[in-house]
Amino acid sequence: MEKSGPRHWLLSAFFALFVLFLYGPTVTIFILSFQGPDGGLTFPMRGVSLHWFANLFEKQMVGDFGGSFRRSMALALIVMGITVLVALSAGLAFRRRFLGATVLFYLTIAGLIVPSILISLGIGLMFNVAGLPPAWWSSALGAHLTWTLPFGVLIMFAVFNRFDHALEEAAYDLGASPWQSFRHVVLPLIMPSLIGVALFGFSLSYDEFARTIMAAGTDNTLPLEVYGMTTNVTSPVLYALGSLTTAFSLAVVVSVVAVVLTMRRRARAAG
Amino acid sequence: MSSTVITAAPTGAADDRVKGGRRRFAAFLPYLQSLPLWLVMGVFLLIPIATIVAVSFWDDQEYALVPTFILDNYRDALSSRVTWDTYLSTIRYAVIVWAATLAIGFTVAYFLAFHVRSTLWQMVLFQLCAIPFLTSNIIRMISWIPFLGRNGLINQTLIDLHLTDHPLEFLLFSPFAVVLAFVHLYTLFMVVPIFNTMMRIDRALVEAARDAGAGPLSVLRHVIVPLSLPGMSIGTIFVVTLVMGDFVTVQMMSGGQSASVGLLMKNEISLLQYPSAAAHAVVLLVTVLLMVWAILRVVDIRKEL
Repeated sequence: MEKSGPRHWLLSAFFALFVLFLYGPTVTIFILSFQGPDGGLTFPMRGVSLHWFANLFEKQMVGDFGGSFRRSMALALIVMGITVLVALSAGLAFRRRFLGATVLFYLTIAGLIVPSILISLGIGLMFNVAGLPPAWWSSALGAHLTWTLPFGVLIMFAVFNRFDHALEEAAYDLGASPWQSFRHVVLPLIMPSLIGVALFGFSLSYDEFARTIMAAGTDNTLPLEVYGMTTNVTSPVLYALGSLTTAFSLAVVVSVVAVVLTMRRRARAAG
Repeated sequence: MSSTVITAAPTGAADDRVKGGRRRFAAFLPYLQSLPLWLVMGVFLLIPIATIVAVSFWDDQEYALVPTFILDNYRDALSSRVTWDTYLSTIRYAVIVWAATLAIGFTVAYFLAFHVRSTLWQMVLFQLCAIPFLTSNIIRMISWIPFLGRNGLINQTLIDLHLTDHPLEFLLFSPFAVVLAFVHLYTLFMVVPIFNTMMRIDRALVEAARDAGAGPLSVLRHVIVPLSLPGMSIGTIFVVTLVMGDFVTVQMMSGGQSASVGLLMKNEISLLQYPSAAAHAVVLLVTVLLMVWAILRVVDIRKEL
């Protein structure tokens, strides 16, 4: 491909601007969350302090930051576990022909296409009609799974479409049982992708908002808490919370990517 | 729509080994393995949507749902001027955001796929574009306040440069801010699928076109764009459905000055007018499904999986 020339530099500059556009605002609120005690929501910085971070952990703060964080964390971990197991199991099923495979596939994709507010309203109404109280561990859990599972299933789909069946056949020829070939051949090979599915499950649930709003019941998840804050908090404490949860999300992403890269390097070194 | 598209043939060697009861078990296994997915999608997608459809024909009296069969909710929804205006404004957002994200997304994906040479850099830069997907949308919206606010960076810069003597009010809480936030949030839904299809384009085709005398623009128009269409349509489906169903972005970025179908529904829900909200939900679902159907008519994306 052409490597130099004005077109290349123009495209490079465009890409750089795009990355700046993606990250610039987040970096800005990260900086502004270190505002001095008298600082506001915009520049200039009036001193540098940890005042607003400290403020987050004080009692008089509106809402329940600690409780909602714990709930979101627990919910994201549950969603992650269920997403990995269900997506893996369905991925294995889709390798064979079975009645209803196409319908199930389109139903799963529908989870991505149906607007979030419909899923939220639908689950809320379903619990209402059934006379059950909605809660983060029941209705909101289901709402999150309709968002994380399609991604998980699509990833498993892509993985098994490119999977070399000769490896499994070799295991069978060597006398492995179906379970042994799954446990010792298939599972190690797809492990990086499974970790990817886990990462998606965790992050998408931890930050999910639109599907949760009518399905969370009385106790807020963290994104609902942040949403509530945007309407009644006008101090940089909002930025402090935003920076903290974004840093947390990024830390999770970076550590997972690091784990996958290490696994690959080890696999390469061993093979 | 044959099921062969999405199922891989069983491996012959595996089948030879299972006999009698085990063969029957092997044939039964996919049903067992797909059962959890059926259960989750059935209980939390199919039944809720069926509930919405049912409730859209119900009546509500004194905030209690009354199961019956009336068409009033649809009549009210479809005969109201507000509904039509809201749909118009939502579709306008969808079209503008679609055009912007497609243009930006295509350019970024094209740069990554055809102008970054090392595979390592390609992956690193691609991840850089994809990571924000795993962070909170609400916080990414909040992060525009320091830029667009009355005393924000853009206004201060304009005043410092003497381009204006009073802060521009239209930056935050305006349709402009809504579109900006949408583009900020959803461009990666274009970048990822377009990049994926572009990476699968046989480079020999590009070389052949060049050998046959095609200039860079001609290659782009006659080779790369047609072959990237599936990725563009997957991205289009994502962006259009996300914008059509949105309520948070429009509410937060327009400061309540702009309407969207999702926001209309959300307001009805907070007034506990569930049957009316359900009727709007059904209309929205039909609209979105028609749009997706129209996009799928243009390009067959099943090959892409």
